[in-house]
Amino acid sequence: MSKKLIVLFLGLVPLLCTCFSPDTPSDRRVLVLLDDFAIKSSHSIFFNNLKSRGFDLDFKLADDPTISLQRYGQYLYDALILFSPTIERFGGSIDAAAILDFVDSGHDLIVAANGNASDLIREIATECGVDFDEDSSALVIDHSGYAVSATEGDHTLIASDDFIKSDVILGSEKIKAPVLFQGIGHSLNPSNSLVLKVLSASPSAYSANPKSKLTSPPSLTGTSMSLVSVVQARNNARILISGSLSMFSNRFFRSDVQKAGSPTKHDKSGNEQFVTELSKWVFHERGHLKAVNVKHHKVGEVDEPAIYRINDDLEYSVEIYEWSGKTWEPYVANDVQVQFYMMSPYVLKTLSTDNKGYYFTAFKVPDVYGVFQFKVEYERLGYTSLSLSKQIPVRPFRHNEYERFIPAAYPYYGAAFSMMAGFFIFTAVHLYHK
Amino acid sequence: MAASSKPGSPRPPPSSSSSMAQDLFNNFSFSKTLKLKTKQQELLIRVTVLTLIYILAFITRLFSVLRYESMIHEFDPYFNYRTTLYLTKNGFAEFWNWFDSESWYPLGRIIGGTLYPGLMLTAAALYWVLRFLRFAVHIREVCVLTAPFFASNTTLVAYFFGKEIWDSGAGIVAAALIAICPGYISRSVAGSYDNEGVAIFALLLTFYLFVKAVNTGSLAWALASAFGYFYMVSAWGGYVFIINLVPLYVLVLLVTGRYSLRLYVAYNCMYVVGMLLAMQIRFVGFQHVQSGEHMAAMGVFFLMQVFFFLDWVRHLLSDAKLFEAFLRITVTGAVSVGAIALGVGTASGYISPWTGRFYSLLDPTYAKDHIPIIASVSEHQPTAWSSFMFDFHILLILFPAGLYFCFKRLSDATIFIVMYGLTSMYFAGVMVRLILVATPAVCLISAIAVSATVKNLTRLVRSQSQAVQSGSSKGASTAKSSSKGVIDNSQPFQRNGAIFLLLGAFYLLTRYAIHCTWVTSEAYSSPSIVLAARGAHGNRVIFDDYREAYFWLRQNTPPDAKVMSWWDYGYQITAMGNRTVIVDNNTWNNTHIATVGRAMSSYEDEAYEIMRSLDVDYVLVVFGGVTGYSSDDINKFLWMVRIGGGVFPVIKEPDYLVNGEYRVDKGAAPKMLNCLMYKLSYYRFGELTTEYGKPPGFDRARGVEIGNKDIKLEYLEEAFTTQNWIVRIYKVKPPKNRW
Repeated sequence: MSKKLIVLFLGLVPLLCTCFSPDTPSDRRVLVLLDDFAIKSSHSIFFNNLKSRGFDLDFKLADDPTISLQRYGQYLYDALILFSPTIERFGGSIDAAAILDFVDSGHDLIVAANGNASDLIREIATECGVDFDEDSSALVIDHSGYAVSATEGDHTLIASDDFIKSDVILGSEKIKAPVLFQGIGHSLNPSNSLVLKVLSASPSAYSANPKSKLTSPPSLTGTSMSLVSVVQARNNARILISGSLSMFSNRFFRSDVQKAGSPTKHDKSGNEQFVTELSKWVFHERGHLKAVNVKHHKVGEVDEPAIYRINDDLEYSVEIYEWSGKTWEPYVANDVQVQFYMMSPYVLKTLSTDNKGYYFTAFKVPDVYGVFQFKVEYERLGYTSLSLSKQIPVRPFRHNEYERFIPAAYPYYGAAFSMMAGFFIFTAVHLYHK
Repeated sequence: MAASSKPGSPRPPPSSSSSMAQDLFNNFSFSKTLKLKTKQQELLIRVTVLTLIYILAFITRLFSVLRYESMIHEFDPYFNYRTTLYLTKNGFAEFWNWFDSESWYPLGRIIGGTLYPGLMLTAAALYWVLRFLRFAVHIREVCVLTAPFFASNTTLVAYFFGKEIWDSGAGIVAAALIAICPGYISRSVAGSYDNEGVAIFALLLTFYLFVKAVNTGSLAWALASAFGYFYMVSAWGGYVFIINLVPLYVLVLLVTGRYSLRLYVAYNCMYVVGMLLAMQIRFVGFQHVQSGEHMAAMGVFFLMQVFFFLDWVRHLLSDAKLFEAFLRITVTGAVSVGAIALGVGTASGYISPWTGRFYSLLDPTYAKDHIPIIASVSEHQPTAWSSFMFDFHILLILFPAGLYFCFKRLSDATIFIVMYGLTSMYFAGVMVRLILVATPAVCLISAIAVSATVKNLTRLVRSQSQAVQSGSSKGASTAKSSSKGVIDNSQPFQRNGAIFLLLGAFYLLTRYAIHCTWVTSEAYSSPSIVLAARGAHGNRVIFDDYREAYFWLRQNTPPDAKVMSWWDYGYQITAMGNRTVIVDNNTWNNTHIATVGRAMSSYEDEAYEIMRSLDVDYVLVVFGGVTGYSSDDINKFLWMVRIGGGVFPVIKEPDYLVNGEYRVDKGAAPKMLNCLMYKLSYYRFGELTTEYGKPPGFDRARGVEIGNKDIKLEYLEEAFTTQNWIVRIYKVKPPKNRW
């Protein structure tokens, strides 16, 4: 009985742990919302890949009235995959605001749209800083970067290889083949500083309705158009937005690819590698940092003081680890900086490291009193942002901490004492000299 | 009005008592023992009267405690209370070195080096003495009652001072007048735990001891006055008045040919020792030798030496002509050396120029043009005639009469009081709060008028009755029996007239007592942290919103939360809410205050940037639109604009005005309707009906319907609003998650 309970409990552990907890940031429970269950089989390679990596996928129809993201204030899932581009209204209690709340409370999201994306999907994307082409019948067309296929087609199937240059997001291995893409393009909201183009359209691409004649210049053209974008929110929730659902499909995964104008023909498209690596990043299997054991103390002491004095020498240290998907590995970098900050940084130092995740430095408190902060603002492409700030007041000297006798004042001491002596002699002479 | 009859009663006895004693003296034989006995009687009466005045001065200041509770009033006293608490908890060394990281975030403030510690040390000493005597008092009670206690002590000093410059009768009258004078009570009611509470005592004590030193030429009295000056310096920045008035007085004596060795001893000792002692106060430091405001005293000090030297040379030189030449050379030399020294000192920056506050005293329009932060304080406004009348009542009429008597009997002492009276009256006209400094002088000079008049009148009355009896009116101790006999014989109706005038004086003084008590109870006893108003049925309504809000802050916000508010509320937030503030009532950093003013007068998104840069977590505004409380932030808002615009020219006052008019209704300027202060004050106010028969969103403090009822906040959210909406607290939202 007790054994059973333990087994049951162990089985529950992954369910009990919430979204990227400090211990295991990777997601575990994923809700997949589909337009119809056919997608489950047509995109099975992607889903099976996720399952093999330990994710617990829960497939539901998007208009299923029983679906809900949270119960009793607790979220039931760590991540959400929206493979339902045409849905106009979710079933149950889910709406756009609920999904955005889900993200804002630290959960991840993958959204895939296609040619006839609904307003609901567009709204969610817009809230994440991604604006799909407003023309609902428009597709991305590229007459020079299309994927060569048996039929000439309308050049909406694109072979794109303009990836973001980031090992953290796309893995250290180079994407071997161009990625097949068929869907709608989007632009990034310039006021949003967090959204990134992962797969950018080629300079010759544009967004228009392939069936009708182009009457006016297309609104989205060239490299300003993005095909796949990611957002890392301030709370480190990650969002992947793709203009193409078929990019994730088995058909594209297995298809061979030859980019127009390119002599090389790849047996297998880059889709599988691209999507897998991207999903690893989105689900926090890579690029997740944590900082622990922030310590500071005076040189020669161990305990953290409540207040520093100006011109104190201090030591600051922090440990930074990176999540590898299974364990915390030491994070190695040479560009972690600490600021000693009061309205502006008074001290800015690059931390030394022992290559085992331990970062440290020593500096002198500036000759300015006030309420300072130790600030580490570490933001690198793809990595979760580290924002550590620790407030510490700095006081001026106490009355008895100044030098007692300073050489510059010796004339004054001399003046005072000679005056006293002189007065004494004068008094004596004045009184007794008759 | 039970208390009001008391102030009147102690006053008549001094004059009538002496006459009564005189009557007794006349009715009985002239034996030596009885003569002694009358003297003792007189002493007994005098001591009794003084004791009664002492008690009266204390109890008349207790209205606020009886009506509200034993609490600290207003704004600055909260800082004083907080520091006193720190002092009693952590001891003197910690207090002296206290660096406060909870105010002026993120700059902090060195409390120990930027305050006048006299008040806190006094209260702490009283507290420790009471503790030592096994009275289990709370430090708050001591703080609340410090000001009344020192007001009582002031009456004693006033008595001795009056005795020194005129006679003991004037002293007693002065003590009685100052005990209940509203000008003084306004700053010394129970709970008004401010520097002025002890400083007026110190001021008067210093003056008294100095006059005593000048009169006696005694080194001991001069030393005592130096210590009085030290106490004053430790207690209040108003010591600058002493260090300028005393040299001015000395200068006047020198010019009028009243130079004497007594003056030389008194001034030199007082100046040198007082200056050295004053340097021990960290906040004052080397100002006595480095600041322009203190240079007059130093100049007069050197002038005294030149005078003494000349006196000595004249003593040596018998030849008048030779001395004349020497005098010319010496005076020219001394003046030019002094001028050069001052010029070089000022040019090299060793001597700092006069501060803005000092300028604004000499030129009342200076602050308005140059330092809005000084002009914005209501107690720095020029005084209206009505407040002179309100604070002085009949003293305003008695003051010139007293001056007349002083001029009639000029002495070193009366010259001093005349100069004190005239200069302080001028300053009282410049700034409302300086009425306080003028009050002791006005009371003393008026006391001379009252005492002299009543004495003359009673002598008239008595001498006639004596003339009928035996005609020996020699008993009058003062030497003023010269013209009396003539009048006696020539005007037989004099006596009735004198009685009539006496009754008139008695009536006036009674009115004064009644007025003082009424003013104390109605105007000066409200703590201003708890507001009281009359309800629709004449009942008392108490608005305790301030403390409600501060308590909410204390209980519901993280301990290191930073609260932004206009500086008026800074001291209260740190003392009662125990939270860090950006600016407070110690207005030492104009730029920091201007930054807050700019945030309040910017649009929400611009203000958000400023608040983020200052790590602000909460914003607190005071709003009187629901209760009709008029000293709220919207009415102070133009000052925020001015102070903000003084440093950041992007803020322009005309943007907030319509044709030079400040309004909040539909006709208000668009920037006004959308600035942060407007939004925070009127958020959700458009839904509220404040008065029957008025549209929703009717602002009762300004009597208009507000112009922007649909206020949406993007970067802040309402965290707490007190019961009567007087204090509203908003939380600054973190930056958007996905943008």
